[in-house]
Amino acid sequence: MKTLICLKQILDPEISPRDFQIDSERLEAAAGSANLVTNIFCENGLETALQLRDNIGGEITALTFGGEPTEEILRKALALKVDHAYRVDAIGTARFGSDSSALVLAAAVRKLGAFDLIMLGREAGDWGEGRTAGLLAEHLELPFVSFVDRIESDDAGVRLERQTDFGREQLSVNLPVVMSITNNDANVPRIPKTRDIMMAHRKELTTWSLQDIGLDEEAVRRQAAATQVVELFVPEKTGDCEFISGDSAEQKVAALAEKITEVLRGV
Amino acid sequence: MSNVVVSCFTPGAVLDRAVEGLLGAGERLARALNTEHVVVAGAADDAVLQSCAKHANQVLALHDQEYGEYQPESCLAILHAACAECQPCAVLLSQDTYSQDVAARLAHRLQGCSIGDAQRIDLKDGAIQVTRGVYGGKAIAVVQANAVPAVVWLRARAYEPEPERTDTAPIESRCFLTGDSQSSMLTATKIVERHREATSGVRLEDAQVIVSGGRGLGGPEPFKALRELAHAINAQVAASRAACDSGWVPPGFQVGQTGKKVAPELYIAIAISGASQHLMGIADAKVVAAINTDAEAPIFRRCQFGIVEDWKNVVGSLTEHFKALKVS
Repeated sequence: MKTLICLKQILDPEISPRDFQIDSERLEAAAGSANLVTNIFCENGLETALQLRDNIGGEITALTFGGEPTEEILRKALALKVDHAYRVDAIGTARFGSDSSALVLAAAVRKLGAFDLIMLGREAGDWGEGRTAGLLAEHLELPFVSFVDRIESDDAGVRLERQTDFGREQLSVNLPVVMSITNNDANVPRIPKTRDIMMAHRKELTTWSLQDIGLDEEAVRRQAAATQVVELFVPEKTGDCEFISGDSAEQKVAALAEKITEVLRGV
Repeated sequence: MSNVVVSCFTPGAVLDRAVEGLLGAGERLARALNTEHVVVAGAADDAVLQSCAKHANQVLALHDQEYGEYQPESCLAILHAACAECQPCAVLLSQDTYSQDVAARLAHRLQGCSIGDAQRIDLKDGAIQVTRGVYGGKAIAVVQANAVPAVVWLRARAYEPEPERTDTAPIESRCFLTGDSQSSMLTATKIVERHREATSGVRLEDAQVIVSGGRGLGGPEPFKALRELAHAINAQVAASRAACDSGWVPPGFQVGQTGKKVAPELYIAIAISGASQHLMGIADAKVVAAINTDAEAPIFRRCQFGIVEDWKNVVGSLTEHFKALKVS
């Protein structure tokens, strides 16, 4: 089973709102003092791929699209023993979203060769739209299943389980297939061993330019222009939480009950 | 008919706030664009179709068996064919799993663009602009659609419904998959089993009032007090990721980025600090109230009102108060 896992590096989404700032020129979050981390759903995806390989064997390739700092997430994937790691170097200027990412990832996949399973996280913790995986499937003209949290091999190819609004679904799927992975109890990301982290720095990590995968900056920019961030701002801290006061807990509770009753009347 | 707004309902839609919200959004956008509103829904979803007919110029009822079964690749092919025929300038979908499945792919096939998780849709100088929360809700982005059609999935529950039209639109029965279109791609994925979660009470996503507990409760036993409060005010019980990860309540209780996104009229957060990923789950809550011992807890920035107090001193008494109200 040949699996590709696409990984996205993002600013740590858990930084406090106090430390969060916008770069108003690039219309994206300013790096500031925030750590760069692997998107959590991408980590769930990698864990899913690792567990599948533990069960039925095969090869895992990790792929990312980004500048030099993104090497770190590939090193972490190598520390978790993926077989191959590739980075497509990003153009320095444009903010790239799902539209351009999917185009670039697809071009990289075509160069890497055939895969049985192509996995992505279901959405990114920064932009949170969950479009990249489906768009990648379209570029590659492959079927797509989202919100997958379990994979098993079966006669047709694989059996996938996914989460839906109302419960769960099982699908029997022919290969190759693109899927987006969501979190569950079973795919909590494993922690690499310290020794493996050190060894990862000696492993091969291939970097490609856009030209290497048959694209140029203009093509990527054109794709990215389908949607355009025209404004990005931190909302005014309304800070108008009414703190219920009182001389005693009983008094406060009575006042709180009154406020709740008021809201419930409108329900 | 061209340049219309098409609102699409995925199979199995039931008449609820999300349906009303999507229809409302479609009606308003069509009016703003001075164009027609066409709605597409599964033929089996009768209640939804009837409501659609009161909120559109035209309704297409999809009779393809594969649509009713939600076979994913076929559904996408059917929606593509239905939308392509309408030549839309905009396609709107709701936030359910199936809608999120298809939205970006549908846009690609229609050679348009897609934007997800829309909290508002506006028209500015003829361009469709979507407002949405990003970076875990720490920032607001306004994104402009620069390709046609703009395929947008909305947090439909948070949109206002529109009043019914005086005229009822015709409901046209259609099939879009022909025998020829049974390519190997359409049958590459096949649903073999479907489990509907047995929910006791209302689903969290549909709940109007929610009582939610967090790490500060310290263990599973306090949730009994929360359940009693919830019972007294007709609320559902939920929890933060910390409480679920600690096993104090089942994972289905979790509200947040990696849990459920809720849109209640009232969300009472008890001993929940208010981490970004939790706030993402309550972005559409109308009124948020918190009980927390820490006046600096981030949750208070999201609240309309709150109380800095130990939950032990509050929850039981609140419950007694509301129980007494019920009796009187």
